[in-house]
Amino acid sequence: MHDVLLAVEGLEAWYGESHILHGVGFEIGRGELVTLLGRNGAGKTTTLRSIMGIVGRRKGSVRFDGKETVGQPSNAIARLGIAYCPEERGIFSSLNVEENLMLPPAVKPGGMGIDDIYGLFPNLKERRRSQGTKLSGGEQQMLAIGRILRTGADLLLLDEPTEGLAPVIVQRIGEIIRQLKQRGFTILLVEQNFHFAATVADRHYVMEDGRVVDMIAAADVAQSIDKLQTYLGV
Amino acid sequence: MLDIFSIPLPALFGQLLLGLINGAFYAMLSLGLAVIFGMLNVINFTHGAQYMLGAFAAWLLLTNLAIPFWASLVLAPLIVGLFGVVIERLMLKRIYHLDHLYGFLLTFGLALVIEGLFQWKWGSSGAPYPAPIPGGYNLGFMFMPAYRGFVVVAALVICLATWYGIERTRLGAYLRAATENPTLVRAFGINVPRLITLTYGLGVALAALAGVLAAPIQQVSALMGTNLVLVVFAVVVIGGMGSIMGSIVTGFGLGLIEGFTKVVYPPASNTVIFVVMAIVLMVKPAGLFGQAK
Repeated sequence: MHDVLLAVEGLEAWYGESHILHGVGFEIGRGELVTLLGRNGAGKTTTLRSIMGIVGRRKGSVRFDGKETVGQPSNAIARLGIAYCPEERGIFSSLNVEENLMLPPAVKPGGMGIDDIYGLFPNLKERRRSQGTKLSGGEQQMLAIGRILRTGADLLLLDEPTEGLAPVIVQRIGEIIRQLKQRGFTILLVEQNFHFAATVADRHYVMEDGRVVDMIAAADVAQSIDKLQTYLGV
Repeated sequence: MLDIFSIPLPALFGQLLLGLINGAFYAMLSLGLAVIFGMLNVINFTHGAQYMLGAFAAWLLLTNLAIPFWASLVLAPLIVGLFGVVIERLMLKRIYHLDHLYGFLLTFGLALVIEGLFQWKWGSSGAPYPAPIPGGYNLGFMFMPAYRGFVVVAALVICLATWYGIERTRLGAYLRAATENPTLVRAFGINVPRLITLTYGLGVALAALAGVLAAPIQQVSALMGTNLVLVVFAVVVIGGMGSIMGSIVTGFGLGLIEGFTKVVYPPASNTVIFVVMAIVLMVKPAGLFGQAK
């Protein structure tokens, strides 16, 4: 059995009065790239936000590297080594590109250097003095990913990094995600675009109605394609 | 031939200097208000009382402990800033999730309580504070008291340092980012509640610092902040809520306009700022430097 980095068990979450997650459970091994698949409203984004501690209320267990995080504030969770790239990207308009990139504080030694990050995203270097929100959608996405690589976090939570982007950019993001895996990052990826997910992931968890209902290893995707299409409603 | 449009030049420059000094206080106070509003989403109606507390702290330190002005310039903002931190921790943090109206009621009520207590203890006539730099310079066209010149320069330095701190440093970047999206900044590992407390403390300390600078010019009295803060709110509205450079430029600019009005048409000098505010609100409701949301 490989080394488990993140273990989620019986995770429930609420936004105000609405009960969104009803006992989510899954595991990610160190260095693995795992996706959460599922239809809109299945609870994928809420699962990421619950791991990060930014939902209204949560219950159950999320252990990171053996440490329980439920009950801790999100700034403390981030300090353990979890970094979050939100679906809406969260680029700050009052900060320029470089300030956006330098914003998340280092939480552990061993993060990527700024030159490494600019090497991965040359566009960002060219535009480092521009206002963050003046970038194109693809560049903003790269900025949102780039800025969490500096911090030394081991686990990256990426929420739909390909949403709304042109196919050539999606391809580029796919290459980058594979490179990040090679560098040793553990990645939990939320995706609507299954074809994209299938090209990068080791395993897929399928969510429905606030629960994880199935797990499919990359090797079994071809023979499970009918089942997956039913799950995803495509 | 020292006159333009039959206004004697010494009178004009005298009023412009007074305007510049008033403007320096408008700028320092509206700066603190803008920073606090940006981060806490609370319009700090206690600002005038905290300015008064700064002046009183300096006066009490001098009269009871013989602590000179220059030491008070550091001590008084520290003391009053700490008082602000306590207010934020005990009261303000409980109302962030509520409507703006609650923040207004709480901070306005606090101002009334603080000013009431000081009026009860020390009366409302005020006490003098000796000028720390005596004398002045004859500039040829007018006499310039040395301390007033110092106040204008000090205020400029304070304003630009605050601007630099917010727009050009790492802590300032946290502050700007947390103003936009506190949840995400917190999820990056930054202790946002502590950042909010610190911001309020700094904003209050800035008001107190203005109060210390004002002590030798004005009488130190319980109500010295009430009238001033009304004008400062107009300045903030004109400059645009949340804009740092906007607050500085508008503060100094309106001080000058007010001074100029005092020479040209004295009866309008108390209202000219509010006339400007009405015009700005009609033409550019987000303020001169504000961005419409």
